[in-house]
Amino acid sequence: MQDTWFVIPLFNEEQVIADVVRDVRRTFPHVVCVDDGSSDGSAAAADAAGAVVVRHPVNLGQGAALQTGFEYALSDPGMRWVVTFDADGQHQVSDVLEMLEKARAENLDVVFGSRFLDQRTQAGALKKLVLRMAVAYTNLTTKTRLTDAHNGLRVINRDVVSRLSITQNRMAHASELVAQIGALDIRYGESPVHVLYTDYSRSKGQSLWNAVNILVELILR
Amino acid sequence: MKIVLIQILLIVVVIAVVARLFRSRGARAQAIRRLGLLLFAAFAVVSILFPSVWNRIAQLVGVGRGTDMVLYALVVAFLSFTVTTYLRFRDLETRYTKLARRLALDEAAVQYPGSGGDLGDVLDQPGGRD
Repeated sequence: MQDTWFVIPLFNEEQVIADVVRDVRRTFPHVVCVDDGSSDGSAAAADAAGAVVVRHPVNLGQGAALQTGFEYALSDPGMRWVVTFDADGQHQVSDVLEMLEKARAENLDVVFGSRFLDQRTQAGALKKLVLRMAVAYTNLTTKTRLTDAHNGLRVINRDVVSRLSITQNRMAHASELVAQIGALDIRYGESPVHVLYTDYSRSKGQSLWNAVNILVELILR
Repeated sequence: MKIVLIQILLIVVVIAVVARLFRSRGARAQAIRRLGLLLFAAFAVVSILFPSVWNRIAQLVGVGRGTDMVLYALVVAFLSFTVTTYLRFRDLETRYTKLARRLALDEAAVQYPGSGGDLGDVLDQPGGRD
């Protein structure tokens, strides 16, 4: 557990971030929250809950926050694994344990979380359709074959983290990350995760219109 | 159907401009853009002195009126401007992101010494890090 760093991009999640960090730190002591220019007390709440908080001086986007978190985690020579985790409490630490177990058992460099490998995740029909189309597009344009490309829960080993360079600051970073991993000659797998859509995460979650923005950002790169 | 000629021409130009701007950056692309601008300015002077030149070009490619020709040229120019500006903003954003990230990581290294490896120690040395 000492060799694992949780990277949590943080933007205006004051209400829930302390609980999320505390919950993670019961199992994994190393958590870095990258505060992406929040205007509320998110950074202070995360810091109080025991996370390292790296503060972007201005809002740069979730992709930029992930890359900053990766670079922070790389500064710890003892880090072997990075877990990317959402700040809004929709991911489960128990899923991460299974993903790490799978990575070690099957000698994988990257394990992607997937909502669509089992029936636990309750998503609306339209959301499901858009996510499926996003996966189809990602599979078509990269060398990977995945069932869920836009899940924020991933386990990545040190070697791969050091070779990633996310340049898509905004939402298209998930596809970019998959594309970069697909281009590397490494072993990756998928593990079922339960994404918990609470009223809170639904109210904060990205609008489906973002699918259009992601597509444009990917084409005009 | 003389109008087909201008349609084909414009579509080809639009695709060429977009492809060109998408695929190339660096000295050559910049030089081409500047030469293009120079030509554009020179042609602007010519067309001010001899407005009928547009009519002649228009008839040559089958548009009919010079004003229509100007409009089409403007559409192409505007499109290429939009794409160049977008790409330039992206480059700028990449640099600005790196700057902000460096700042954030350096501040964190001071604030949490030891927690993220030995960043804090390295910072104390003069010229210790990139």
